[in-house]
Amino acid sequence: MLLGTGAVALGLHSCVGEGEPEIEQQIIESADGYFGRTPEELERIEKLNAEELFNDHELETIAVLSEVILPPKPKVGGPLEAGVPEFIEFMGKDRPRMQNTLLGGLLWLDSQSRELFDKEFKSLELEQQKQILDPIAFYDPEIPSYKRPFEIQWFSLMRNLTVTGYYTSEMGIKDLGYKGNQPNVWDGVPQDVLDQHGVAYDPEWIAKCIDQSTRGDIATWDENGNLLT
Amino acid sequence: MQIKESPDVYDVIIVGSGAGGGMATKQLADAGFNIAVVEAGPFFDPADPKTMTQMKWPHASPRRGAGTDRAFGEFDMAYGGWEIEGEPYTHEPGTDFRWFRSHMLGGRTNHWGRISLRFGPKDFKGKTRDGYGEDWPLGYDDVKPYYDKVDKLIGVFGTNEGLENDPDGFFLPPPKPRLHELFYIKGARKSGVPVIPSRMSMLTKRINNERGVCFYCGQCSRSCSAYADFSSGSCLIFPAQKSGGKVRLYTNSVVREVTTNEEGKATGVSYISKDDRKEYKLKARVVVLAASACSSARILLNSKSKQHPNGLGNSSDVVGKYLHDSTGSSRAGFIPALMNRKPSYNEDGVGGLHVYSPWWGDNSKLDFPRGYHIEVWGGMGMPSYGFGFNANEFNKFFGTKVGGYGDVLRDDVKKYYGAVVGMAGRGEGIARKDNYCEIDKTTVDQFGIPVLKFNYKWSDLERRQATHMQQTFEEIIHNMGGEVLGDRPGGPDNGLNKPGEIIHEVGTTRMGNDPKTSVTNKYNQLHDVDNVFIVDAGPFVSQADKNCTWTILALSWRASDYIIEQLKAQNI
Repeated sequence: MLLGTGAVALGLHSCVGEGEPEIEQQIIESADGYFGRTPEELERIEKLNAEELFNDHELETIAVLSEVILPPKPKVGGPLEAGVPEFIEFMGKDRPRMQNTLLGGLLWLDSQSRELFDKEFKSLELEQQKQILDPIAFYDPEIPSYKRPFEIQWFSLMRNLTVTGYYTSEMGIKDLGYKGNQPNVWDGVPQDVLDQHGVAYDPEWIAKCIDQSTRGDIATWDENGNLLT
Repeated sequence: MQIKESPDVYDVIIVGSGAGGGMATKQLADAGFNIAVVEAGPFFDPADPKTMTQMKWPHASPRRGAGTDRAFGEFDMAYGGWEIEGEPYTHEPGTDFRWFRSHMLGGRTNHWGRISLRFGPKDFKGKTRDGYGEDWPLGYDDVKPYYDKVDKLIGVFGTNEGLENDPDGFFLPPPKPRLHELFYIKGARKSGVPVIPSRMSMLTKRINNERGVCFYCGQCSRSCSAYADFSSGSCLIFPAQKSGGKVRLYTNSVVREVTTNEEGKATGVSYISKDDRKEYKLKARVVVLAASACSSARILLNSKSKQHPNGLGNSSDVVGKYLHDSTGSSRAGFIPALMNRKPSYNEDGVGGLHVYSPWWGDNSKLDFPRGYHIEVWGGMGMPSYGFGFNANEFNKFFGTKVGGYGDVLRDDVKKYYGAVVGMAGRGEGIARKDNYCEIDKTTVDQFGIPVLKFNYKWSDLERRQATHMQQTFEEIIHNMGGEVLGDRPGGPDNGLNKPGEIIHEVGTTRMGNDPKTSVTNKYNQLHDVDNVFIVDAGPFVSQADKNCTWTILALSWRASDYIIEQLKAQNI
C-alpha cells in the first residue's frame, strides 16, 4: 500500500500484510477518549480497569482518609471530586509493588482504630482520626524512607498519591493556578513577577530574542546568517 | 520457508525513518529517485488526532501521566523504550548499557529534546588536540555548508555568538528566558560559566507555508501537531512524499539483513513483517542504513555471506566497536528566592531550555580531556504523576516539621511550586575499541534475528569529568542562594548516568580513510561494499560535547549528495 502525500493513514501496518484493518480501526476509534494510546496500551488499561484491588470497605476508607489528608474547599473541591480513590486503586494495579503497602496499611489503620476507639477508621469522628494519624504523619527526612517504620511509609504513600491525584485533576490544577497547556505567545516574564523576585532582563539579551509581532513572517537571512525579516 | 520477493527494484532502500533516514529520504526523493523506506514501527503523523498526546491533561489518563507504559511518561511520543517485549538485548557480565529504541515513523525524533548543536572545528580533530580517540577524516569546513542548509531547511533558534567551537549558523530568534533561567544566568556567570540562548529546532518564526509556528505549549516531547518542531516524519518524510520522486513506506517491517550477490554487492534487504511474521525481500541498487547506530551495526553483523563471512562491511572487524554515548550527570537545587511564585501567567515556553552553557573550560588545565555543556530545567510546569510527592520536604531547610496533612499541604504545594532548578551536564566520552556491541549467538528476538550483546564501561576520564560537573552544579546552586538537593552522587562512576542513558549512542560503524581501522569512508559509504551507506550516528568518530542529531542530519545530506552523484555517474 502506498501511503500518499500527506496521508493520515490510521492503523495501516506493513504494505504487504493482510491484517484485519476493520478491527484495528475499531480499536483505534474506541481509543478516542484515551489520549493517543496505542492499541496495546489501551488493552492494558482496559485489563487493569477490569481488575479489583480494593473491596468496598477499603475504597470507602481511602475516600475518608483522602479527605482528612486534603480537606475539600469550595470552588476547587477535594480528593473525591478529583477521583483520588479510583486513581489510587488504578496505580496499585498498575504498580503491583505498592499493593502490600496499600493493603497492609489499611488493615493497620482499622486495627489501630478498633484498639483505641472500638470502631473502624471510616466511622470515627475527625478528632479521633487525627489522634491515630498524628503519630505517623511526620517523618524525619534525614532517615532514608525505606528505613522508616512501615506505618509512616504507608501514610507518606497515601499522602503522596492523594496530593498528586488531586493536583493532576481539573480542580487541583485550578487550585494550583497553573495557566499553561494552551496555545500561547511567550514574550517573557511579567514585570511584576520580575520585581517580586528581584531580577531583571538584560537589554542586550532581549534584543536578540524573537519579536513576537514578526513570528508569522517567513525567515530569510543574508549570507552571514543575519536574519533579514 | 518461502520468502516472498517483490518484483520491483528500487533505486534506494532506506532502513529507518529517524533523523538520518528522513534526511536521506528527502534528498534522494527530491532528486527524483524511486525509494523504499523500511521502518520497524507503525506509521505516525504528529497531526493525527488519534495518536496525538499534545495538549492532553494529566486527568485524561487513569495513571495521570505515570511512565508505566512509556519510559518518559505516558504522554511522551516514543513507541518503545529501554526494554521492548520480544526484542531483548544482553550484556557482558560486569558491564552495562541501556539501549533506548523507538519504533515508529520518525523514530526518536518524535520525542527528542531538539537541542540542535553543530560540532565545532575542534570536535572533528580530537586526537590531534589531546591524543585520545581518533580524528575524523573530514573537518568542520567540509560539514559547514550542510549545517547551513539544515538550519534553513528545518529551522533552529539560537544566536550568533562568534564562539570558536560553537559555530554560528542561520538561526531563528530565541524565546526570552523564563524566571528560573534568569536565576541560572546570574548564578552561572558568577562562577565564570558562560550562558547563551539555547539552540533548538522549534520554529519561533515561520520558515515556510507548510509548517506552523511554535505556540509555546512546552510539549515538544509529544511531537508537534503543528509541525513546529523537528520531527523526521513531519519535516522530511511527508515533504519528500510531495516531491518529484516516489517514496514508498514499508512500516512494521523489521530488517534482518542486507542481501548480497556473488560479487559481494548489496542487492537489497530482507525483512520480517510484524503483521504476519513472514519474511520478505526488497531489491535496490543502493542500500542506506539509518536504523540507529546499534541497529545498523546489528544488521551488518547479521548480514553474513560467503563474500562477507565476518558480516557486511566488517573486514576491519570494527563494526560494533567504538560505541560511545554522551556522558551525563545531573543535580538540582531548591532556590528559596523562587518560593511563593505568582502563577499569574503561562510560562510553558518551548519544550526544554531557553538558555544553556556551552563548554567553557580549558582541558589542558583539567584532569579530563573533553568538555560538557549544561542544560537547565525548572519552572511552573504542568502537574503530572509525582507532582506533590513529599510536598513539604523543603521544610527541613527552615527547621520546621516535614509531612503532616490538612489545609497546610495546599499551602506548601503552592509555596514550593516552581522553586527547584535542575542542571544536566552532557559531555564527551572517549570512543574506545573495547566498548562495543556484538551479536549474541545464544539469543534471538521474536523475529528470529540474533540480538546485540553490549560490553561498555566508563573510564576515569569520564568519571573525573562527572566530578567536575557536580562541583560546578553545586557552586551554581549556591550562587543562586539555593540548597543542593541530595548528596553528591557517588557510586563507582561518580554519578555518571549509565552508558546509553543519554540516548546519544554513536560510533559503531566509524568513518575513516583507512579501511583496516574504519567501516565507512568520509562519505558514509562502506569501504567493503560501494553500494551500502550508513547515515545514522554509527559513522561518528567521536561524539563531541554536542548532541548528535544536527550532525546526523548534515552528514546524511552530504552522503545523499554523494549517492546522487555516484548514481548519476553510474559508479554504483
